[in-house]
Amino acid sequence: MSAASVPPHRPSPDSDVSHKAVLEAPDIRRALTRIAHEILERTKGGRDIVLLGIPTRGVTLAARLARRIEEVEGHPVPQGSLDVTMYRDDLRMRPARALGRTELPPEGVDDRLVVLIDDVLFSGRTVRAALDALNDLGRPRAVQLATLVDRGHRELPIRADYVGKNLPTSARETVRVLVEEVDGRDAVLLEAGK
Amino acid sequence: MKHHLISAADLTKDDALLILDTAEELASIADRPIKKLPTLRGRTVVNLFFEDSTRTRISFEAAAKRLSADVINFSAKGSSVSKGESLKDTALTLEAMGADGVVIRHGASGAPHRLANWVRGSVVNAGDGTHEHPTQALLDAYTMRRRLGDLDGRRVTIVGDILHSRVARSNVLLLETLGAEVTLVAPPTLFPVAVGTWPCEIAYDLDAVLPKTDVVMMLRVQQERMNAAYFPTVREYSRRYGLDGRRMAALPQHAVVMHPGPMNRGVEIAAEVADSPRSTIVEQVANGVTVRMAVLYLLLGGSQPAVGTTRLEGE
Amino acid sequence: MTYLIKGARILGGSPQDIRISDGVIAEIGAGLDSGGAEIVEADGLVALPGLVDLHTHLREPGREDAETVESGTRAAAAGGYTAVHAMANTEPVADTAGVVEQVWRLGREAGHCDVHPVGAVTRGIEGHQLAELGAMADSAAHVRVFSDDGHCVDDAVLMRRALEYVKAFDGVVAQHAQEPRLTEHAQMNEGEVSGRLGLAGWPAVAEEAIIARDCLLAAHVGSRLHVCHVSTAGSVEILRWAKSKGWQVTAEVTPHHLFLTDDLAETYDPIYKVNPPLRTKADVEVLREALADGTIDCVATDHAPHPIEAKETEWAPAAMGMIGLETALSVAQAAMVDTGLLDWAGLADRMSVRPARIGRLAGQGHLPEQGAPANLTLYDPAARTVIDPAASVSKSRNTPFAGIELPGRVHATFLRGRPTVLEGKPA
Repeated sequence: MSAASVPPHRPSPDSDVSHKAVLEAPDIRRALTRIAHEILERTKGGRDIVLLGIPTRGVTLAARLARRIEEVEGHPVPQGSLDVTMYRDDLRMRPARALGRTELPPEGVDDRLVVLIDDVLFSGRTVRAALDALNDLGRPRAVQLATLVDRGHRELPIRADYVGKNLPTSARETVRVLVEEVDGRDAVLLEAGK
Repeated sequence: MKHHLISAADLTKDDALLILDTAEELASIADRPIKKLPTLRGRTVVNLFFEDSTRTRISFEAAAKRLSADVINFSAKGSSVSKGESLKDTALTLEAMGADGVVIRHGASGAPHRLANWVRGSVVNAGDGTHEHPTQALLDAYTMRRRLGDLDGRRVTIVGDILHSRVARSNVLLLETLGAEVTLVAPPTLFPVAVGTWPCEIAYDLDAVLPKTDVVMMLRVQQERMNAAYFPTVREYSRRYGLDGRRMAALPQHAVVMHPGPMNRGVEIAAEVADSPRSTIVEQVANGVTVRMAVLYLLLGGSQPAVGTTRLEGE
Repeated sequence: MTYLIKGARILGGSPQDIRISDGVIAEIGAGLDSGGAEIVEADGLVALPGLVDLHTHLREPGREDAETVESGTRAAAAGGYTAVHAMANTEPVADTAGVVEQVWRLGREAGHCDVHPVGAVTRGIEGHQLAELGAMADSAAHVRVFSDDGHCVDDAVLMRRALEYVKAFDGVVAQHAQEPRLTEHAQMNEGEVSGRLGLAGWPAVAEEAIIARDCLLAAHVGSRLHVCHVSTAGSVEILRWAKSKGWQVTAEVTPHHLFLTDDLAETYDPIYKVNPPLRTKADVEVLREALADGTIDCVATDHAPHPIEAKETEWAPAAMGMIGLETALSVAQAAMVDTGLLDWAGLADRMSVRPARIGRLAGQGHLPEQGAPANLTLYDPAARTVIDPAASVSKSRNTPFAGIELPGRVHATFLRGRPTVLEGKPA
């Protein structure tokens, strides 16, 4: 029985022609900048927000957003990570998998506006799990969701407050987000289904 | 397919590291207002304790409950056919209850192996006779890692009644898997005859070993061994193999002192050593819950276990 | 009834016909005329003298839930045996003329094979006082083999006295060599496996030290000594030395000690728990060589039936012992004949001739020849069987060979000219 594997931290090869990059690094850069400004507008300066990234790549994106917000507003934004593995509704369908890191900022989440950050919004189940996980950690004033890519096919009544790119896809296709810090480059790849 | 954690040898290096890394992520639960995760909701974990051990049973119980599992505690004194319900009948009762996991502590070596023939759930060995205690070795490794970092190349010394110690057996196996170097220290009477085939060094002289070790783990020594002529008096044992203040001072600066408990203060370990900052004895207990949560999650949390061994017989 | 066995290979030799009548072998030759005899086709079968077991546990009186004289002797016949020695550790112990005569009579009534009760050496097998060995020798059971098997006669003085005393009636003391203090709470052979498994070790020296002492004692008082179930290479060395001195020492080995090793305990399945314990591969090899060169005189089954609940437990509380009457010849073939260590004549010597001589059985252990008592076993060495515990003739099922394919099958067993087994089934 092989152990469940943690997502690899190395650049992934991109020689496969069935990948199509729908977003490149400049697009991603612009999208994140726009999301950062949107967050600031809608939260009136983001004084009591906490950015929580969902591992793995959501954490990277949260860090970048936090940097941008800090550049604009001049004060640091509390950030952290929220692993949802233990709250997934599909646990019993696969062997138990390795956990990601859950780390809240010292300020905590009570009475704050939590912005969950994920790379791809698809069925909505990951976000549902994140809400349950968040619920056991404290009581935010409100929760919002930022996602780099919304690819549709929601299975639960979940929607994003901030979207980098709306990407219509067929259910059989796969959307992969690559980030420099983890994969060696920034890109959003669309792969044909089998 | 059946998957169990019966021996530390059931774990590959990847398995062991997965358990330790998972435990790292679960450690923060103890500091949260809601010390619960929903992961094992609907799973039933039975604590089948044939030997008295409040500490280990509570540790497993806390671990299972923090993962929202239903816990049934079954304690039975005496297990042989002549004393009442046999292990097999107990196992069949558990099957009827639908146990997903059975944590068993038993006085007879091999009881978990036998149990695994009769239950469909995962069997976790919480200590069988003088054979093994794999979750103890895991929490010991976790504790060492937290204090000292990566265990590859670390020197660990285990002192005490090796012959009768399930903690020693599991630790030797697991530490070897994790790349540590183990030295066992005991009087010659307390080594198994074939210990030379084990993946570790042996020594009779504790003082020679202490200055070169990163971890010293003291094992409890039982009074009854003196009566069976394994050593002449408790005093002589303590003089030659006990960890007192003088010996603790001979340890390298960074070295830690461990003990699986319960301790015989004044016999194998002096009170001042047990209570010193070098001692990990108290944190070992807390780490026990965390590590056992990781084990239960990895065995029972998915569609099939992510670690452990496949039983081949009786299927 | 007269029987004509056609085309049997006597002791593995060329095919011959054997006529049996009035309990003896009347004629051996080629193409014998049947003359109204019942014909037993024996093409391809080996003819051996009826096997004699020096060491069996029939459990009656007292443990009839595990075996009775009737069921045990039926199992013996199925295994090709025409005589068994029933050990004395029954409840009550066979330490009086009364009990040995009871067992002897039960054997006669059942009629499947001859039962020769073994008398206990000490009263109650408690190791303190000699039992009435003379009374047992003079009884209808005609006891000649005495043993406290299950326990060791570890008191040196008592062992000396017993060795001396039985000389008066040509008896022999069969010692269960196990120094009790060295084996307190012992569970399996002391070695690499026991250390790893956390099971208390049973050192080889506990057997060897007693054998050495008893050989010296027997020599000193001029007695015969028989050593039960030898299990270690060290024991073999001591026996070889004792025999080289011309001392009257004989020894037996069980089929399981010729075949199985201590690593089987890794499953913690008590089906492998036995006294003396299974030893290492090196020991098995030495035991086989010793049986081949005669340092070990015979195969004795130590057939030890136990009810299921006594074996379906954790290792430590489980009973010790394995059944073996039905599989003995097959295991012996696999270990000794198929490996080229012994031929059929040699196996006949070790499983019939010598045990009969040690037990002083006048009517058993005769090679098949004209005029000899018709105690015969017809055996098919080419058959292969996967051992199925559910099919055991014995009342008990504790065989360590379950699921293993073994060679050979007993086709027929004749006890003084009367078939107890025909076509592989009870007659």
